[in-house]
Amino acid sequence: MLSNTGNILLIGSIVSTFLIIYFTYQSLKERSFQIKKNIIYWSFLQITFVIASFLLLIFAFVFSDFSLLAVYQNSHTAKPLFYKISGVWGNHEGSMLLWINIMVLFSYLFFVFNNKTNSAFSLYTLVVQNILILGFLIFLIFDSNPFFKILPTPIEGLGLNPILQDPALAIHPPLLYLGFVGSSIYFSAAVAAILSNSNGKNFALSIKKWVLISWSFQSLGIIVGSIWAYYELGWGGFWFWDPVENASLIPWFCMTALAHSVLVLEKRNYLYNWVLILSLITFISSVTGTFLVRSGILNSVHTFANDPSRGLYILIFLSLMIFSSFIIFFKRRINDQFNLNAISKETFILGNNWFMMFYLATVFVGTIYPIFTQVLYNTNISVGPPFYNQVIAPILIPFLIFMAVGPKIGWVKSKFITYKPFFIIIVLSLLINFLISYFLKSYNLISNLIVISSLFLILHSLKDFITNVKSNSYLNLASFFSHLGFGILILFIVLNHNFSEEFDLNIKVGQTKKIGNMEIKFNNLKIENRENYNAVIGDFNIQDFQRNYLKKLNPEIRVYENPQTLTFESAINSNLKQDIYLTMSNIDGSDFYNIKFQVKPFMLWIWLAAFLTASGGLVRVFLKK
Amino acid sequence: MKVSFLKIISFCLVIFTIIVFFIALNIDKRYSTENIIGKKIDNFKIKFLSHDQNFENKDLSNDKYHLINIWASWCLPCKKEHPILMKLSNEDNLNLIGINFKDKKKNANNFLKDLGNPYNVILSDTDGTSSISFGVFGVPETILINEKHIVIKKFIGPLDTNDYKNILNVIYEN
Repeated sequence: MLSNTGNILLIGSIVSTFLIIYFTYQSLKERSFQIKKNIIYWSFLQITFVIASFLLLIFAFVFSDFSLLAVYQNSHTAKPLFYKISGVWGNHEGSMLLWINIMVLFSYLFFVFNNKTNSAFSLYTLVVQNILILGFLIFLIFDSNPFFKILPTPIEGLGLNPILQDPALAIHPPLLYLGFVGSSIYFSAAVAAILSNSNGKNFALSIKKWVLISWSFQSLGIIVGSIWAYYELGWGGFWFWDPVENASLIPWFCMTALAHSVLVLEKRNYLYNWVLILSLITFISSVTGTFLVRSGILNSVHTFANDPSRGLYILIFLSLMIFSSFIIFFKRRINDQFNLNAISKETFILGNNWFMMFYLATVFVGTIYPIFTQVLYNTNISVGPPFYNQVIAPILIPFLIFMAVGPKIGWVKSKFITYKPFFIIIVLSLLINFLISYFLKSYNLISNLIVISSLFLILHSLKDFITNVKSNSYLNLASFFSHLGFGILILFIVLNHNFSEEFDLNIKVGQTKKIGNMEIKFNNLKIENRENYNAVIGDFNIQDFQRNYLKKLNPEIRVYENPQTLTFESAINSNLKQDIYLTMSNIDGSDFYNIKFQVKPFMLWIWLAAFLTASGGLVRVFLKK
Repeated sequence: MKVSFLKIISFCLVIFTIIVFFIALNIDKRYSTENIIGKKIDNFKIKFLSHDQNFENKDLSNDKYHLINIWASWCLPCKKEHPILMKLSNEDNLNLIGINFKDKKKNANNFLKDLGNPYNVILSDTDGTSSISFGVFGVPETILINEKHIVIKKFIGPLDTNDYKNILNVIYEN
């Protein structure tokens, strides 16, 4: 029953998508560029069908309708309501439906906002976007149908992987999807701009907001994902350069580059070709990432079911997308004139784009390199954090300095007039760095240079902010937030990396162990029955004699029944200075528990700085000048 | 459309990448357990944890079963399976080889000092490249090979008491 309704809604979506393409095509063929009633009518029906099918799937998960395969495989009656809902996108089928929902939603909103100003351009965008939607809908129905029925209906489901039962991870996929699936709209808009010979400035104005929105959500999605990894995976790291993380980072680099160069196009009408290319490759890289993750040709901690037939479909679709969009791009060549001055905002933004492309190339090569060696030489290699850290870290130094100076430079042609504050800031950065390494702990040359340049960025941004407020002149709050946030983020990541401490020990209830100036006491152990698991909770006291404080920490071992799994929950005590991080695991056949104890400075600052960076995009979208 | 050198190069690169992806899709995955069972173990050459010499296939004796265990000090389930490895270390007919995976030497040594050392040979795979040829896709993982160096069984995840019995059954079968 539910399965049939779902399938009918999906067929309704396909039919309406097809009709939108047909009617829009008619209107384009007549060259009337008239937005006919039936296009608006079918667009509205399309979004209704798609959202209804998504709500229906949520309904099936909430009421545990195990006649659907997707529900049976990923849910369980004993699960809390919140995780029943998040289970909808915790699997391949449901997440593809969410993907289509976002594509349709963005398409609809873009059409509503833009159809009054330039109807030819919005009609072309609509047709391209709907061709993409049609491709994904066909994929959904034939290869990853969330409404697939099983007979006989099982009484109980298999349950959702316990490490995915977490509030951060429940919102992580939708945020990330709003980011990189949202980028489909400016892919379509770029193709449409070429086909409709739209002028650069109008194109920039129409996509700017969407670039910023998707950039912000992409950033938020990545941050929430790392927070989850930090407290849930139990080894205290927050970024592992895992292929799936890289797959989300690559589109982020494109979006960051685009968010900057789109301004040059808007203000100066330069770089039209480059902005078009960036708009195209953002979504192309998103789909490539999806291909790498879902086809199973890369192995990673993310546990989506792998299926080569799925991979084949996405690969064919991806190739069609790349070739058709670039053939259109090269056929209707738009000539760019260039007249860039060495010291101008345009040049600095172009600089930002070069850095982004460098990072993109590094991460992309690192991610796909193992696939190439396997296919070409039949040898397996793994590209890990050392590669990324070594290649990316040194390039951060000039990048941070560029970021500090860039926002202050004017358009067209500018001069450095203020040498004095510039040198004061450099001296101040050197001094603070010296104080940190002198009083706390010394670190290597590269770390020193990165700390100095990030301090330079922070101080420079603050100085600009203060002078702007004083003189009451125009202030770009969005770029101030993002640049300042990024400076703080890099500063604290480097300090955290250098100052973190880690201890491993075995301890029994009642025992006390000393580590440096600290003492760990294992008070007792209790067992609690919770809603869908049993928890073994340790009660620890951490005492620091030097700083004279006492903290209580309660790490847990959770025993889940459906599916049967053990998870180790870390206990974290956060304050502005440091996180104290404790995980506990049992040792079979012994009274001892193994403890991993970590002191990680400035974690809270890292998260705050990351959120500050991401907030810049939203500030730009929602706050009018 | 003007055809330039740059365009041809980029076109070829994209085509090449897509072809590689396509082949990779259909490649017979080493990661799946079934594929390495019954085959002779691949050639390998891994450094010892304690010194810089290498341990190779030819260093494996021909009169015993070998249990290759891939572990790391940062891996919580490794601690869980450790008592089983300790019990297995008492078996005369079994040679335990521990491969320390992507780990710091100091942490690895502390781990063994705290929990005991069950291994006859300890190797170190600091960057995780050598373990891949055993088809490893996570730690801990354990591979049982016979005296002819043919893979008999592969255990993904921590060993439990059932696996312990299975291993004993296999090595005392003959």
